[in-house]
Amino acid sequence: MISKTFFSRKLLLSVILISSFDLPIVGKANEDISFSAPNLHTQTLAASCAACHGSNGNALVGNAVLAGMDKSYFISQMLAFKNGDKSATVMHRHAKGLQVEEINELAAYFAAQKKVPAISPAMQRLKANHD
Amino acid sequence: MTKLKSINTASNSRRHFIKAISASGLLVSSYSLLSACANNTKKSATGTVVIIGGGYAGATAAKYIRLWSVNNIDVVLIEKSTQFVSCPLSNLVLGGSKTINDLTFGYDLAKKNHGVQWINDEVTVIDTANKKISMKRGEISFDRLIIAPGIDFIYDSLPNLQSTEAQKAIPHAWKAGWQTVNLRSQLESMFNGGVFVMNVPKAPYRCPPGPYERACQVASYFKNHKPKSKVIVLDANPEITSKKGLFTKVFNEMYAGIIDYRPNNLVLDVDIKTKTVKTDFDTVSADVLNIIPPQRAGKPAQMAGLNNIDKSWCEVDFLTYESKIAPYIHVIGDSVSAALPKSAHMATSQARVCASAIVELMQHRVPDQNPVFANTCYSYVDDKQAMHVANVYRYDESKKIMVSAEGGGVSLKPSELEGGYASAWATNIWSDVLT
Repeated sequence: MISKTFFSRKLLLSVILISSFDLPIVGKANEDISFSAPNLHTQTLAASCAACHGSNGNALVGNAVLAGMDKSYFISQMLAFKNGDKSATVMHRHAKGLQVEEINELAAYFAAQKKVPAISPAMQRLKANHD
Repeated sequence: MTKLKSINTASNSRRHFIKAISASGLLVSSYSLLSACANNTKKSATGTVVIIGGGYAGATAAKYIRLWSVNNIDVVLIEKSTQFVSCPLSNLVLGGSKTINDLTFGYDLAKKNHGVQWINDEVTVIDTANKKISMKRGEISFDRLIIAPGIDFIYDSLPNLQSTEAQKAIPHAWKAGWQTVNLRSQLESMFNGGVFVMNVPKAPYRCPPGPYERACQVASYFKNHKPKSKVIVLDANPEITSKKGLFTKVFNEMYAGIIDYRPNNLVLDVDIKTKTVKTDFDTVSADVLNIIPPQRAGKPAQMAGLNNIDKSWCEVDFLTYESKIAPYIHVIGDSVSAALPKSAHMATSQARVCASAIVELMQHRVPDQNPVFANTCYSYVDDKQAMHVANVYRYDESKKIMVSAEGGGVSLKPSELEGGYASAWATNIWSDVLT
C-alpha cells in the first residue's frame, strides 16, 4: 500500500504544520471510514429496478433474476428492447429511457450481485387499532 | 434513547471538528485524503438519521441508508402503526379478488435484517432548528431527518366529512386499512340495481390512475354479481388524469352501461344522511358513496412547516430531497411537490436517491449529480387484467427537476399477461421494502 503510506505521511506533515489544537482530532479522524460505492449513479439506478426485479436483482417471482446475470446477455437483451428488436410489455419503455453507457454499467453491477433467495414478508391479519 | 444521545454527541463533536478544520484549507484536503484511504476494519457511527413514516418511502429509505452506509449510519424510524398496509392492490379488495389481509404485513424483518431502530409512536413537535423531535412518549435528536408522511386530506370545502363518524358512513378508502374494508362491505350489502358514486379530487393527489382503477374494480364486481347496478364517477378534473385512452376504452367497452364518467364535476357539498352529492352541474344520489378528499403533504410535513408550495406540497432539491426551506430535513414520497406521479414505485425511487445522497452528505462527499430512476405503475381493470404506465426519469441540470426520458408510455391494452406482471411487481416491491 504505497499510496496509503504516502497519504499518511502527508497527513502527518499537515498535522505537524497546523497548531497543536488540531492534534487530538487526528485519532478521531482515523476512525472514520469511507463506505461510498464506486459508482453511486449506477447503484441508485439499479436499485430502482427492485420494484419488479427484487433487491439487488433477486426477483421472487414473475421477472428475470438480474443478480449474477451474464454481462453480455444483459446488454444484448437491453439493447434489443431499446432498439425495438425484442418485443415486451414494459421493458422497452425502461430500456429506451436509459443511455447505452448506463446499460453497460447496470450489466456490470448486476453481474457482480450475489444470487440470494429473496423472501416475502408474512401476511398478517389487519389489527383493530390500525386506521 | 440513551444510546442514541451518546451517538449524537459523538457526531456533534465530529461536526465541530469539521468546523474547526474548515478554517485551515490545508487540513481539509488532508481530511478528504484520509477518508479515501482510511482503514476499513474500524467502524464508527457517523450520525443518526431519523425517519418519520414507515410507508413505501420511509421503509425503503431506512433499509438503503443502512445498506449503503454499511451499517455506519444509525437509523431510527418513527411509525404510529405497527402494520404496513399496501395501497397498491387495495382497489382489488373493493373488486373482491383480494382481502385486506393479503396486503397487510408486519415490520419485523425490516427491523431485524437491517438494524433499524423502530419506534411505535406519534410525532407531536418537530423542532427543525434544534434538530429535535417530540413524540407522545419521548423525544429524539437527529443529524438528518427524513419526513415520509404520505398524504393528508383537506376538509376545508367539505367540513362535515371530517369526523370519524362521517367517514364511517362515507369512506374515503384512500389510505388502505379499515376504510377499504368498510367500503367493500357497503358494496357487498348494496342491492342489485343500487348506485355507487365516487369522485376524483383535483390533481395532484396520491396515485393518479387509482380512482379510475377503483371505478373498474367496482364495475367488475357489479358486472358479475349485481348487474343492474351503476357506477357514477364525478371527476373534478377536466379529463381522466392518467392512462386516459386506456381507461376511456375500458369504461366504454368493458363496462358500457355500468360506468358513467362525468368530467369537470367538482364535489361542492355532501349530504351525509341522504348520500347526496352536489357538483357544479349535478346533484347525484348514491346508495354507496365514496368521497376522496383533496390532498396535501402529510401532517408531520405540515408540522415542520415544509409545505411551501400552495400550502400543500413540499419543495425539495431533487439531488438530495432536502427541503428547500429547512436544511438537514428531507422529504420523500407523496408529500413532495413535483411533476411526478405520486406512486409507490416513485416513493421508493425517491427514497433511494435520498438515501444515497444522505450517505454521501454525512461523509462530507458530493452526492450523484445526475440521478436517474424508473417508475412502473399498473392498474387492474378486473380481477386478472392490468395495464401499465412506465417511465424513466432523469435529472435535468438546467431545470433542476426530474423529467421523463424518451420511451415512456402506456400499454396498448389491458391483458392477463400484464396482470401477472402487476402481481409480481407487488410481491417483489413488498420483498424489497419490507425484508
